[in-house]
Amino acid sequence: MLNALWHGKTLPVLAVSAVLAVLWYMGSIWLNADMQRDAFSNAGKTDFTTSELIAGTWSQERPKLPTPGQILVELNKTILDTAPTSKRSLVYHGSVTISATLLGFLIGSLLGMGLAVLVVHVKSLDRSLMPWVVASQTIPIIALAPMIVVIMNQFDITGIVPKAVIAAYLSFFPVTVGMVKGLRSPDPLQMDLMRTYSATRLQTFLKLRVPSSIPFLFASLKVAVAASLVGTVVAELTKSEDGGFGARLLAGSYYGQTIQIWAALFAAAGCAWVLVTLVGVADRVVTKAMGARP
Amino acid sequence: MAQSGNASPVIETSDLSLTFETGDGPVHALSGVSLTIQKGDFVSLIGPSGCGKTTLLRVIADLEQPTEGAISINGMSPHEARLKRAYGYVFQAPALYPWRTIGKNIALPLEIMGFSKSEQAERVRKGLDLVNLTGFEKKFPWQLSGGMQQRASIARALSFDPDLLLMDEPFGALDEIVRDKLNEQLLRLWEKTQKTVVFVTHSIPEAVFLSTKIVVMSPRPGKIHDVIDCNFPADRTLDIRETPEFLDVANRVRQGLREGHSYVD
Ligand SMILES: Nc1ncnc2c1ncn2[C@@H]1O[C@H](COP(=O)(O)OP(=O)(O)OP(=O)(O)O)[C@@H](O)[C@H]1O
Ligand SMILES: [Mg+2]
Repeated sequence: MLNALWHGKTLPVLAVSAVLAVLWYMGSIWLNADMQRDAFSNAGKTDFTTSELIAGTWSQERPKLPTPGQILVELNKTILDTAPTSKRSLVYHGSVTISATLLGFLIGSLLGMGLAVLVVHVKSLDRSLMPWVVASQTIPIIALAPMIVVIMNQFDITGIVPKAVIAAYLSFFPVTVGMVKGLRSPDPLQMDLMRTYSATRLQTFLKLRVPSSIPFLFASLKVAVAASLVGTVVAELTKSEDGGFGARLLAGSYYGQTIQIWAALFAAAGCAWVLVTLVGVADRVVTKAMGARP
Repeated sequence: MAQSGNASPVIETSDLSLTFETGDGPVHALSGVSLTIQKGDFVSLIGPSGCGKTTLLRVIADLEQPTEGAISINGMSPHEARLKRAYGYVFQAPALYPWRTIGKNIALPLEIMGFSKSEQAERVRKGLDLVNLTGFEKKFPWQLSGGMQQRASIARALSFDPDLLLMDEPFGALDEIVRDKLNEQLLRLWEKTQKTVVFVTHSIPEAVFLSTKIVVMSPRPGKIHDVIDCNFPADRTLDIRETPEFLDVANRVRQGLREGHSYVD
């Protein structure tokens, strides 16, 4: 039983989590101690014990580093105990972020695949387009996001779309790169076979290139969906009036609500994990249908 | 032999040469190859590794362009012949698509050539039966042994019933017993359908048993060393391998191969 746990994933993961938690609590003491001492002296309390100090560092309202326990309490409060329609609910903010993320992911994936098809089939585009695709990712998204929002605003495009566009800007890239590689992955013999049937380019594309690219595509989609979420959160820092995890981070840092910031961060990471896992499930279903070895 | 009443050349090459330009100098894969293959011929190419057998087959199939000389397939250029889907090609490796089941792999050329769904199903069934893979239709390639995969690739090449078959060591990966069996089946098929076959092999008995013409090739540069006619009755069985006539031809082939080798050393 213990053996099975140890060789499975559960125990190692639990062990690492426990070590991290201990380090984290110690970090909280270390980072919050000064402020706690100040707080005690302001209150005229000078004869505090070490355990009082430690307890204090773990229960501040605006600690430099909140404890995992405080973050969990905040998550519990803002996810389960708040009505999902309330602007204080992380479920509300999560749904705002997720919807822009998914729209951006959709746009980015379609754009990425389209570009890959062009790059693979039009020789001149391989040389002319690919450098631009790469260059596009060298501009920091944090600098680009406000400009995209402002420019789209100029054309009366508001709401979810500008955020999705920023998400798509980050997510198309891995899809293009992965899909180009995938569409080029058939080996010469597999290509020769198509030639002996004098298959058209479209037939070769549909019956050989596309199926060969599927494993590459899913690997990129996993990266793309996480990038899409990052893009959306960055966009929400610029465009915070609609809410979302990014808006929550911004508000938290504005008011020094560190617990709120950490809770939003954890919720965002949780969402990313769920999205990546969902793509992974889709990957497994599709590759199984395509006869992959179990 | 009596196979071809009105003989007309299916493949005609004259002074065909092909040089690969590689990083470390040119490789003369073919040099001055002149060969005429009549309709209904079963021609075996035999020779040591690297003598250009695969290359010659690929030139016929328009997968490789000759650097010199002329070649025509049914009076057309290899390119036109390929566009007309004049031949079925069995590669040295099975080259099955791993995401397709065996049945779907055999149906691949049929899908591309626009056969109806019912026609596809019927031909796949026949093909599986021909190479003894009935019951494996729904399996994926990795679930089959190498030999079974190669048999599936033969069924795939035959599925659209081309008049010309180009086969590159199709039975190289098979054990002796299966090989014998498929040799006989191929012979019956050839006898029945009057197909023209160009067949690459390393096995002398296989070449002598199957062929009407054995082309012995020698390497560096790859060229034709000898062409040996070989006209056993069309309804022959494996038993003829014991006859003196058979051994006589086999010896001539062996002699040719030896000369080809010593030519280099
Ligand atoms: N694409 C290529 N580029 C460069 N050299 C090549 C290429 N294809 C074949 N060759 C060379 O041409 C020569 C003939 O190769 P080929 O594959 O036709 O030999 P083969 O008779 O089929 O040998 P085997 O019996 O081992 O299959 C070899 O020396 C090989 O290295
Ligand atoms: Mg070869």
